[in-house]
Amino acid sequence: MKRPGLPPNPDPVLNQPITPELVKKHGLLPEEFEQIRRHLGRDPTLTELGIFSVMWSEHCSYKNTRPLLKGFPVEKAGAAADFGRVLVKAGEENAGIIDVGDGWAIAFKIESHNHPSAVEPFEGAATGVGGIIRDIFTMGARPVLVTNSLRFGELDSPVTRRLLRGVVAGIAHYGNCVGVPNVAGDIYFDRSYEGNPLVNALCLGTLRHEQIRRGKATGLGNPVYYVGAATGRDGLGGASFASRELSAESASDRPAVQKGDPFMEKLLIEACLEMMAVPGLVVGIQDMGAAGLTCSTCETASRGGAGIEIELDRVPQREAGMNSYEIMLSESQERMLVIVQAGREREIEDVFAKWDLHAARVGSVTDTGRMLVRHHGIPVADIPASALTDGAPVYQREARRPAYLDETSRWTPAAAGLADLDLAGARAALPRLLSHPTIASKKWIYRQYDHMVQHGTAVEPGSDAGVVRLRLGGREKFIAISNDCNGRYCYLNPRRGAMIAMVECLRNLACAGAVPLAMTDNLNFGNPYKPENFYQLKECVAGLAEACRFFDVPVVGGNVSLYNESPDGAIDPTPTVSVVGIIESEAQITRQFVRTADARLILLGGAPTELGGSQFLGIIHGRKTGDAPAVDLAAEKRLHGFVLGQIRAGRLGAAHDLSEGGLLVAVCEMLFGPGRLGAAVDLSGLRSPRLDALLFGESQGRVVVSVERADEPAVLAAALAAGVPADPIGAATADGILTVKTARGPLDWAVSGLRAGWETSIETAMKRPGLG
Amino acid sequence: MNISVLQFPGSNCDQDAFQLFASGLGLPTRYVWHKDTRLGEADLVVLPGGFSYGDYLRCGAIARFSPVMGAVREYAGRGGLILGICNGFQILCEAGLLPGALIRNSSLEYRCMTCELAVEDAGPAFNPGTLGARIRLPIGHGEGNFRIDEAGRADLEANRQVILRYLDNPNGSLDGIAGVRSRAGNVFGMMPHPDRAFERFHPSRDGLSVARAVLASRFPDVIRKSA
Repeated sequence: MKRPGLPPNPDPVLNQPITPELVKKHGLLPEEFEQIRRHLGRDPTLTELGIFSVMWSEHCSYKNTRPLLKGFPVEKAGAAADFGRVLVKAGEENAGIIDVGDGWAIAFKIESHNHPSAVEPFEGAATGVGGIIRDIFTMGARPVLVTNSLRFGELDSPVTRRLLRGVVAGIAHYGNCVGVPNVAGDIYFDRSYEGNPLVNALCLGTLRHEQIRRGKATGLGNPVYYVGAATGRDGLGGASFASRELSAESASDRPAVQKGDPFMEKLLIEACLEMMAVPGLVVGIQDMGAAGLTCSTCETASRGGAGIEIELDRVPQREAGMNSYEIMLSESQERMLVIVQAGREREIEDVFAKWDLHAARVGSVTDTGRMLVRHHGIPVADIPASALTDGAPVYQREARRPAYLDETSRWTPAAAGLADLDLAGARAALPRLLSHPTIASKKWIYRQYDHMVQHGTAVEPGSDAGVVRLRLGGREKFIAISNDCNGRYCYLNPRRGAMIAMVECLRNLACAGAVPLAMTDNLNFGNPYKPENFYQLKECVAGLAEACRFFDVPVVGGNVSLYNESPDGAIDPTPTVSVVGIIESEAQITRQFVRTADARLILLGGAPTELGGSQFLGIIHGRKTGDAPAVDLAAEKRLHGFVLGQIRAGRLGAAHDLSEGGLLVAVCEMLFGPGRLGAAVDLSGLRSPRLDALLFGESQGRVVVSVERADEPAVLAAALAAGVPADPIGAATADGILTVKTARGPLDWAVSGLRAGWETSIETAMKRPGLG
Repeated sequence: MNISVLQFPGSNCDQDAFQLFASGLGLPTRYVWHKDTRLGEADLVVLPGGFSYGDYLRCGAIARFSPVMGAVREYAGRGGLILGICNGFQILCEAGLLPGALIRNSSLEYRCMTCELAVEDAGPAFNPGTLGARIRLPIGHGEGNFRIDEAGRADLEANRQVILRYLDNPNGSLDGIAGVRSRAGNVFGMMPHPDRAFERFHPSRDGLSVARAVLASRFPDVIRKSA
């Protein structure tokens, strides 16, 4: 049936005929345009075309990834009745929610702002933080922590330095002002991210079960309010911008990058939480993030099985003469859509007046199932709400195993004729590894972030996991959070690399004394239309899903960022993982730093034996090759359980997992705490095929713990009983010297020298000028 | 005893300051909204940290015009006890209740870290008997670089108005000055955060000593009881 067209738009510019070129410019395929015509029963107006283009972009619709994401477990199989249950599942709302007991819950999610940050690092990163914070408080939760996962090219590039400086300053600018502590993060420097940095930001909030709010428009006639900042022309079409490859012309996309106002966000948080605390006032609420007013209206209507109609004249605007296309697609920041109970308009308006914020009634809930938009009283868009959400196309893309994997997966040091380290080589390698920015101290970054506001930070950035005390009613709980993903492993073995990202997070949490609750992931990949890229994506998702099921850690949500390519090619596949855990009591909070001289060091998990994918191969030999290290999920589970058990028994002074840089780097990091300790380490009894693999290999499932001398026999006996390999490797010393006995002879370093390189490396690099 | 913590739009350490006194010292504490024109009963008024009015224009420059600041000025004139922490210190300087100004850190970057501080012997008004000679308090600011003209600097020293100095200057402050008091001794301001140093897991619990020392300058008896 052909429906009659809409009357002419009040802005003549918007009345041009829809040509194939215009469709293409909106990032839509010809067959997608045909689908739009079928949904509408007529040709779309230009405003409607814009609305479809943002809602059907990858960023909003997940059209290329939805089938894959169905493989993730979204519920906990073995949750206790009152703890760890998933209260709001992934994909249902803006963020998932997990029960943490006693009537309290946490909401958390990670999201990317990669493309905006590549083009305009400061504002791109700042608005990334703002966006994810809104995703959390729109659920009714008070934001209590943020973290970030960053990926950049190597710091020898002035462009990379400019990007890093801008991104860190942007995150600091926004998060510090809003007053949410930035307690953890991870960052890798690798050429594959040159020109396409990754900026993934996470926020976690706390709330009572009864405070959970949904992004649903229900109740015929209920008023629809627009609250927060006024709408401008910034960020036009940001969602579709994020769904394209970066090119040399991307700099001209700057108008697609939004500008953030953290002060406005802080007011919005307080006003929204105050409004949501009024019983029965709020029917539904959703932030205006990607695709702004468009996304929030059609998603709330679609979720509520209702319709919504709005009049754009009532939308607060900070520029004159904006047309319907611009208002609907603007991604101006710090705005929310709220549906309130009819008859209680006064209550919401009073709250926002107190905070000096806009609260404009822009429309109401209908029962038509349609999103009807009027401008100057004239209908300018009339679309079935579900066509924009559930009606978005879904594609199963072609996957093809990349050819390079044949070569890299067969690589071995022996076959490649790579000479093993001699003592001189080993002595020189350790300081080089420690001062590579990927391994070096990240203090230059986190000292720019307020990581202590809200006075709950119990473990500051720089240990395996950030820990925050939550004050929940009269009770205290400690939450630990860890981010990780080694893109190098994912490049060399996508499925296994993704699993490693997950198990490393879990291992970090175990080392901090935390039991995992749930994970959120940010899938950063290249253009999915290239079959090799899609293969990486598919394999990584399969690896993550398998690890999640094995450990019974549900996925509560996340984000997909595709098209992460620069003219030099796609980034290494980077499925960033963040896992949240809970620590039962303050006494069990464990850090990675050895505290006393004479503490015994025990290596759990056995001697490292592999070199593939290691930082050692990259930094010392300039190679990104070999297979990713092996993963044994069952052995990991035993190890994590054992570490947690020993922490509960009060036997571990410190625990730290082996990751980038391997065993010696881990031992050094344990010594780089508040004390000025050394260590006498004896590795001569450990069996490994090569010295370089033993010292710097990155075999998984390894943890070094420190225990008091008197507890060592009990810990070793317990490890034997638990089936966890445990090798005493020495003790901390008061002399500030690290000595390592190997089968080839002794090695020694002054810890202060190693520490100086590790501590100052990024700061030194950043003192060099960056290109504007 | 009644502690009043002011809330400006953009204050984000208001809860931290509240808890320092309420749970840290166990004292009756309440919030006062910036649009209020009266303080009511208050034995100590705390201006907390944060980014009042976004710190647009200049830190504290807009907050000084808040309705509540009229009452604060009047309260200070009566000799009422006032503590400004971080942004609160900046506001007190902008309002002319404390001497000097705070400009951008010499690094031009925000700094969040724990600092060693020397407690200056500022006379009985800051109760040095309670406070150790060296304390550790976190800082978190981008504009904590204390500046004052030569005459003001000489006055500060002559009247022993400097209460805290950094041992390892993190922001370029003149003479390492981290905190000052008014000449009359009833208005205190400091960039370091006593409200981030009072829980068991904080880098130190020296914030409790600082809070007590401020209160003890006026109410020695109350503090003896709560200590």
